[in-house]
Amino acid sequence: MTEPLQRPKRKDPLKRTRLPTQPPELRSRRSHLLTRAAAEGVFGLPGCSDCGALHYPARDTCPECLSDNITLLPCSDLGVLAGTTTVQISNNVYFRERSPWRVGLAVLDAGPRVVTHVHGDVHEGDRIRLTWRLDKSGNAVAFAEPEKPTPNMSDDAELREMTLDPKFRRVLVTDGRTALGQAVAKAFADAGAAIIFCGIADPWKPWPGEEKLKAIPGVEIMPLDVTDTDSVNDLADEIGGRVDIIVNTGEHIRPGGITDRRGVNVAREEIESGYLALMRLAQGFGPALKFRGADGVNSACAWVNVFSIYAQMAWPTYGAYSAQQAAMLGASLSLRGELRPGGVRVVHVFTGPTEDEWFQPLPPPKVSHGQIAKAVVDALRGGVEEAWVGDIAQDFRARLQQNPKALEREIGQ
Amino acid sequence: MSKHLTGLLGAIASGGVKVVDLTFTLSPEFPTLVLPPEFGQCAPIRIEEVSRYDPRGPAWYWNNISMSEHCGTHYDAPIHWVTGKDLPNNSVDTIPPEHFIAPACVIDVSAKCAENPDYALTVADIEAWEKTHGRIPEKSWVLMRSDWSKRDFKAYANLREDGAHTPGPTPEVMQFLVNERGILGFGTETIGTDAGQAHHFAPPYPAHHFLHGNGRYGLQCLCNLDQLPAKGAVIFGAPLKIRQGSGSPLRVLAMVEQ
Repeated sequence: MTEPLQRPKRKDPLKRTRLPTQPPELRSRRSHLLTRAAAEGVFGLPGCSDCGALHYPARDTCPECLSDNITLLPCSDLGVLAGTTTVQISNNVYFRERSPWRVGLAVLDAGPRVVTHVHGDVHEGDRIRLTWRLDKSGNAVAFAEPEKPTPNMSDDAELREMTLDPKFRRVLVTDGRTALGQAVAKAFADAGAAIIFCGIADPWKPWPGEEKLKAIPGVEIMPLDVTDTDSVNDLADEIGGRVDIIVNTGEHIRPGGITDRRGVNVAREEIESGYLALMRLAQGFGPALKFRGADGVNSACAWVNVFSIYAQMAWPTYGAYSAQQAAMLGASLSLRGELRPGGVRVVHVFTGPTEDEWFQPLPPPKVSHGQIAKAVVDALRGGVEEAWVGDIAQDFRARLQQNPKALEREIGQ
Repeated sequence: MSKHLTGLLGAIASGGVKVVDLTFTLSPEFPTLVLPPEFGQCAPIRIEEVSRYDPRGPAWYWNNISMSEHCGTHYDAPIHWVTGKDLPNNSVDTIPPEHFIAPACVIDVSAKCAENPDYALTVADIEAWEKTHGRIPEKSWVLMRSDWSKRDFKAYANLREDGAHTPGPTPEVMQFLVNERGILGFGTETIGTDAGQAHHFAPPYPAHHFLHGNGRYGLQCLCNLDQLPAKGAVIFGAPLKIRQGSGSPLRVLAMVEQ
């Protein structure tokens, strides 16, 4: 059984903050099949599409039939931990700082043997479930976990290096005015976050849910207007060094394609509150997050952006909004690359139309804010980079992968 | 320099004429008018630093600013309202410049506004003022003192589920001031020249309706009206010369003889 994680002590202000280091990050291009699996939280093994042989590590050609048609094939994630060893010292600085570190050899029911990181609750000869996890370098590594959940399993020190668990971490929810922001704040309180800073713009405007939000344990209301550079910088100056997870919950949904509108004022509001807001937040909070990527149990670890699926393919009925989301997605992909060296992961949560006033005329199914909030917390606990919430988003994703052109023609039909 | 101007400058220098600033600082936090979200919105004040003695500009500091014409302490031209859309010289760039300097009459209803945030200025208030101070001169600014500018921003905007609750004029008083007294314009301390609930008046937004329909002007988000005498101050307030501008943030100064 894993020792439950204890609330971290307050930091000794006289001690230097350790800089983030990284496990080895170079991978072959083919190995990124596994990076994708880890990023999406799915399991499979590199395999030959021609003869069906599975193998590990990923190879450029099939060891059985020499085909270069290698892809990720779904298979059982179960197996046996054939052996383990504990690394007491390593030449790699990242592991040296975290030793002793257990590794092992998993023999999968599907055949291949995989060198793997090992959860503290599994031992030689145990049945295990193998997962692909993103490590601090952003690449896939194998992780052998108990076949069935064990108490406090997510508190395992090695696993916590791979996940982004909110427990005892301090979160900034960028817009506490929205139903989404409030649902996210509640989900983080339930997940054991230590502090949930909730940004509120224009405090002179009343907002629904104010009393309920303030009553959530750990919630602290902070002045934050993401459309105002000074406001973002002021808050970053005040709490930037105490934020471990940022969840960007800003929304500015307006209907209409780009020919439907007179002038660009609404588009400007969309860009200000979306794309430029993300840039302001990145400039304000990014440097401290990157700096604190290895700052103890409650190190900085994640930045979550919630996107509409229409970021990936414009829906002309909400065309200008889709464009705003696409612009944000582009910025967020850059942010992902910029924060990775600091051990901070940028997580994208994609959703279809939500139970939002601005989607009111649309027929169900629509995604509730509670569902999105749960998906955000689940994504962090699972350590994934991409999550898709609800049936519409899942269907959209499948169609996008299958034939983007068909999706483009059929969208909104 | 003429003796008139020399005399004025001498009086300002000696303190015989005090200059009172009736202007709020333009800042991003300052409340702006809120319309139902399906309408176009008034862009708030934003100040984006271009450089501040740094690599973006080593020896100089400056900002890019953006905002609606109707932000902060600002001026409404007749073209702002549909009733004034066809009048000559109805935009800020064509208004005769001599209209930017005028005497002010300050009607103090702050006590009534403290009791009732929806207080509406009446003809009786004007008549009571005139009993003490004489008839409102033609081409004067009439400024409604509510002390609203002393409130914090939340109480200043005073938004509730049914909209803003802030004082303003009745339709009758606006007709009276425009038609019977020939005022130059009407000014308030609140976010608009009209009351927060003026949408429910007949006609809606009577200050906008009657002022601008008759080629008169509006001033709003004024402060320091408590430093002005009821009569005798002179207002200098010139909007920016925006092409076809419907209004503009501006610096409003009052000259007060001591």
